[in-house]
Amino acid sequence: MSQGAKKDKYEAVIGLEVHVQLATRTKIFSISSAAFGAEPNEHTDPVCLGLPGALPVLNREAVESAVRLGLAVGSHIRPRCRFSRKHYFYPDLPKGFQISQYDEPLCDGGVVTFRLNGEVRQIRLTRIHMEDDAGKNIHDASGVSFVDYNRAGVPLCEIVSEPDIRTSDEAAEYVRAIRTLVRYLGISDGNMEEGSLRCDANVSIRPWGETKLGTKAELKNINSFKNVRDAIEHEIARQTVLLDRGEKVVQETRLWDPDRGISASMRSKEQAHDYRYFPEPDLPPVVVDEAWLDRARASLPELPEARHARYLGIGLSAQDASVLVSERPIGDYFDAALAAAPVHPKKIANWLINEVLGRVDDPRRLMTDSIPVPPVALAELVELVEKGTLSGKLGKEVFARMWQEKRRAADIVAAESVSLMSDTGAIEDACKRVVERSPDEVARYRGGNVKLIGFFVGNVMKETAGKANPKTVNEILRKLLG
Amino acid sequence: MAPDVRGASLTALAAGVATKTWKSRDLVEAYLERIARLDKNLGCFLLIDGEGARAKADAIDKKIAAGESVGSLGGVPIGLKDIFVTRGIETTAGSKILKGFIPPYESTASSRLAAAGAISLGKLNMDEFAMGSSNENSAFHPVHNPWDLERVPGGSSGGSAAAVAASLCAGTLGTDTGGSIRQPASLCGVVGIKPTYGRVSRYGVIAFASSLDHPGPFGRTVEDAAALLEVIAGHDPMDSTSIPQPAGRYREASKAGLAGLRVGVPKEYFQAGMDPEVEAAVRAALDELARAGATLVPVSLPHTQYAIATYYLICTAEASSNLARYDGVRYGHRTADAGSLEELYAKTRGEGFGNEPKRRIILGTYVLRAGYYDAYYGKALRVRRLIANDFSAAFSQCDVLATPTSPTAAFKIGERSADPLQMYLADIYTVAPPLAGVPALSQCCGFTKSGLPIGLQTIGPPLGEEAVFRVAGAYEARTDWHKRLPEDKS
Repeated sequence: MSQGAKKDKYEAVIGLEVHVQLATRTKIFSISSAAFGAEPNEHTDPVCLGLPGALPVLNREAVESAVRLGLAVGSHIRPRCRFSRKHYFYPDLPKGFQISQYDEPLCDGGVVTFRLNGEVRQIRLTRIHMEDDAGKNIHDASGVSFVDYNRAGVPLCEIVSEPDIRTSDEAAEYVRAIRTLVRYLGISDGNMEEGSLRCDANVSIRPWGETKLGTKAELKNINSFKNVRDAIEHEIARQTVLLDRGEKVVQETRLWDPDRGISASMRSKEQAHDYRYFPEPDLPPVVVDEAWLDRARASLPELPEARHARYLGIGLSAQDASVLVSERPIGDYFDAALAAAPVHPKKIANWLINEVLGRVDDPRRLMTDSIPVPPVALAELVELVEKGTLSGKLGKEVFARMWQEKRRAADIVAAESVSLMSDTGAIEDACKRVVERSPDEVARYRGGNVKLIGFFVGNVMKETAGKANPKTVNEILRKLLG
Repeated sequence: MAPDVRGASLTALAAGVATKTWKSRDLVEAYLERIARLDKNLGCFLLIDGEGARAKADAIDKKIAAGESVGSLGGVPIGLKDIFVTRGIETTAGSKILKGFIPPYESTASSRLAAAGAISLGKLNMDEFAMGSSNENSAFHPVHNPWDLERVPGGSSGGSAAAVAASLCAGTLGTDTGGSIRQPASLCGVVGIKPTYGRVSRYGVIAFASSLDHPGPFGRTVEDAAALLEVIAGHDPMDSTSIPQPAGRYREASKAGLAGLRVGVPKEYFQAGMDPEVEAAVRAALDELARAGATLVPVSLPHTQYAIATYYLICTAEASSNLARYDGVRYGHRTADAGSLEELYAKTRGEGFGNEPKRRIILGTYVLRAGYYDAYYGKALRVRRLIANDFSAAFSQCDVLATPTSPTAAFKIGERSADPLQMYLADIYTVAPPLAGVPALSQCCGFTKSGLPIGLQTIGPPLGEEAVFRVAGAYEARTDWHKRLPEDKS
């Protein structure tokens, strides 16, 4: 980790372009499904195949998603924006141009906020715009190439950051924050492996204290959080070697090869495409009026950073808060449990993190009916433990049964008398038996080794098969040993 | 009993089918017979779908026998410019690069015609990708003007215009980007209307210049054109630039008379360079309109002189973009030998496109290159706005404008093909209305001494098709030009 450490000679300046595939039902300009994972070319139609005569029709749901994303990061949403055509030739690009946004994007500005090593970081955004995705070229071993257009026309939001990022860790955390955010908003699954979140990085370095930007290289094909870190680290190192040797960094586009952990030049500045942008004549300008904005605003959930701050405010540790915020359903579960047992935020967090999360693979399951211990049930259990009806150990046993049998804690306690002994007489008897058979320990305790209280409590708990209320046990023992 | 379809009007033929005076199948056979006899000299068709047409005619006849309704165009044979994609039927846009392309879907306009009972006889010849004013740019063969086989029919919808003039179809569809319906209508002596931009869906119309492409009909009479437009006009959710309003009552308007209408006469459309015979015929037509009850109003469209330059900047830019998809990867022509991806593109496009598309792709690519957008395309859009403003200002003084359609009657095949600039001037009176998006119709208003038709253009305000049809219908009712027919030359 090179956390901008001044031991390095140079400071890195990094800007990211993050592409988020929007999880709309249909494609951005046509009726085919936008879902991932169908047979090649199953999700196609005349529009997304770029057949002669086909025309795009904008999917409102895609605009809605992009507007919500813009609002969530505090962008200015243009009341009127438009699409432009971006031209280049490639087999996966059916029309010979991509329908993107150029001089009038949907969102201007904005800030992505996240925490890195406990510190709040804010990365400014240049813009967020909408565009259609390309298909996928598939090359088989015999040298034949195929094209799958299922992905062609899937809606994308491109989030362009300012060059505010300084380290590879910060870059990775920034991308993670965007992933968390789009999942909170429910507009994308943010899955980097399936390509629903992709990233290009613009990287340059400069001597510390220098204010002018160095020559940048653009890295493409960064498809995992690990790659974000590795590709940027590699690029910083590559540029450092060049500058140290007195050579110059060439402005170019480089392709990251994750298998070999290196990048190779794709095209130089001179070979850069002239995209010949012009306003898409087949689509009228997109108008987002106040009423639409209000509806979108009202639909926003509590966002990760606000939630994080709120959790710190109710006394959770930074680490617990991070876990609870990492996926929206975890926080939702926590909040629902907290609403039922408002006095025990830390305890609920512990139980949720240690017991519940350990048992679910996909946090999205937390807030569904399939979860055996819903938030209110967990809250009830926490209260039983906190009241002393159950010991921690017994609580865990009860939780396991709740999970397995989909039963409530009170039900298990009542039906199977697993609750702690409330009969102080029986507890007192057990305490007396333990004290009587441990004369040495009694002597040492009375001699000042008060830590030995744990020994007595443990033995009483054993004696009572864990059912004694530890509070009562403590009180009685202290009286007996007094 | 089959009627003589030579010179027959589409609306009359449809009425005869509906009243069982004749069968749709009889009409189809009559037109197919004429096509077989005459089209080898005319070259109107790129594809004749005799079997398909017969089957559809029989289905219509069966419905009529069963007393079912068959739609306003029930049983009438029509033709489609080969720019309308037709499901299962080869569609080439007059280009080798689309040779063999069988679309899996149908254009909105042609499916609306079919739903109204019209029967397509086939696909009509055109300048490649609708780029041209003479039909000489067809990649397959030229179209000959039925009035004089040595002359061009105009373009780009030359096949559509000539097919109506020669009675090879009862009506046809074409497209107009800078004059491609009106100019050939003028040169062939038939009625052709380019409606308001967005009035007829472009879905399934192979794009040349998206912001300028206007599908529209050709008819033998004003009412025929109105009947066709009533069917194809109206909102289409598949075209985002389609106007969300139902079609107007154009047939009614074509018979309503023009009493009380003010007809503007723009001075810029009557200037040096116009053929004197054309000018005389058009001025006589204006007098006729005045006698019919119209008030003639002198008006000015001051930015007219910039229309051609503006048009060629915008249409080439958009064409270079729209034609990018023809890369040999998914459909149409693909070069036989390509060693690399780059070669695949270069050779496929080099072999597949003719000279005019190549010329416009290169011009358009130049126009849009980085750093020059404002100087060319951006400026053209601003001038386009001024041209549209000219029309708005003129329409505050009058209800329609009347002008010549083409500065000359039909010219000879080969006469201008070596000089693209001279060819571009054929559109001098027709390019401004598509830039402004306003409707414009051409109809016959006389003949030259050598017997070539001359066209009168009527231009209306946006969605002012009714006013245009009122003027055109009233003019037609008072004149006999539309009744004159070219000789059958077999």
